[in-house]
Amino acid sequence: MTNNKKEVSSQEVSPQAVVYVKLKEGVLDPQGVTIHKALQQMGYNEFISVRTGRFFELEIESDSDNIDKRLDEVCSKLLANPVIESYRVEKLL
Amino acid sequence: MKVGIVTFPGSNCDYDAYAAIQHIMGEEVEFLWHRSTDLLGCDLVILPGGFSYGDYLRSGAIAKFSPIMEKIIPFAKSGGLVMGICNGFQILTECGLLPGALMRNSHLRFSCKHVFLRVEQISSPYTQLCHKNEVLKIPIAHGEGNYYHFDDEIQKLEDAGQIVFRYCDANGEVNSESNPNGSINNIAGVCNEEGNVLGMMPHPERVVEDILGSRDGLRIFESLRTAIAAAATVSNK
Repeated sequence: MTNNKKEVSSQEVSPQAVVYVKLKEGVLDPQGVTIHKALQQMGYNEFISVRTGRFFELEIESDSDNIDKRLDEVCSKLLANPVIESYRVEKLL
Repeated sequence: MKVGIVTFPGSNCDYDAYAAIQHIMGEEVEFLWHRSTDLLGCDLVILPGGFSYGDYLRSGAIAKFSPIMEKIIPFAKSGGLVMGICNGFQILTECGLLPGALMRNSHLRFSCKHVFLRVEQISSPYTQLCHKNEVLKIPIAHGEGNYYHFDDEIQKLEDAGQIVFRYCDANGEVNSESNPNGSINNIAGVCNEEGNVLGMMPHPERVVEDILGSRDGLRIFESLRTAIAAAATVSNK
């Protein structure tokens, strides 16, 4: 019982990072354009533009070293295509 | 020539390429499984079309880390012929062997139809039997074939003659009506600086006999056969 409780509490505190990836400024985002058109057709004319993107939630071992550098590596090597996409990392505790 | 065709999980044009090389060209061909690390002495490696790894994350983004790519990247960097068709083109841009990126088609639809290509570069091993501005009829089948790179980078590719094919109409006119996906400058195929790595969205392996509506894909495979035979003659001397 005690062990189980310990595991649960350690899971609760494992740090997380959220990575946001979107197309770089100046790169046409046809999905965003289409969504914007739909908003206008629905009468929501106050929205000037829409850009789409995606996000990733990463759960991280709490004793990880060098995590900022390693997060940056996974973003540039895999999660984003640096030719056309930019990314932003938010760390949560 | 000996041709290797890579099969990733989700490749679906590997057998078409195999049939084109073996049954139509009468050349030796081997499948290269994505987990293998042996190129079996092939003169040319083809990364075929399909949806490697389900197109998860981005087209080609996961395939670039497969074991066979660890052999293909140094093979390409040492001058080996590597051709990426459709999803293969996406993999080659993802792993950095080719410049630019392939984005979602500007109209957001999957597009499957015959298109016309104008041959822009004929000093390439992939097109050396073609005439300058020759028009080839070859089909496309993709949702993410919208070639993109930043303006100054595109200019560098144009200046270096790395644009090999452009979408055009039946008369060879390059215009926005003949652009099926929004690609910048109607680009349908590019090569690396050295010319040994080519990526193209259209499928030449699908048009290799009259019953398929065109034989124009053979212009590319026959160019490659000539280039490989010439290289073998030089190295035997």
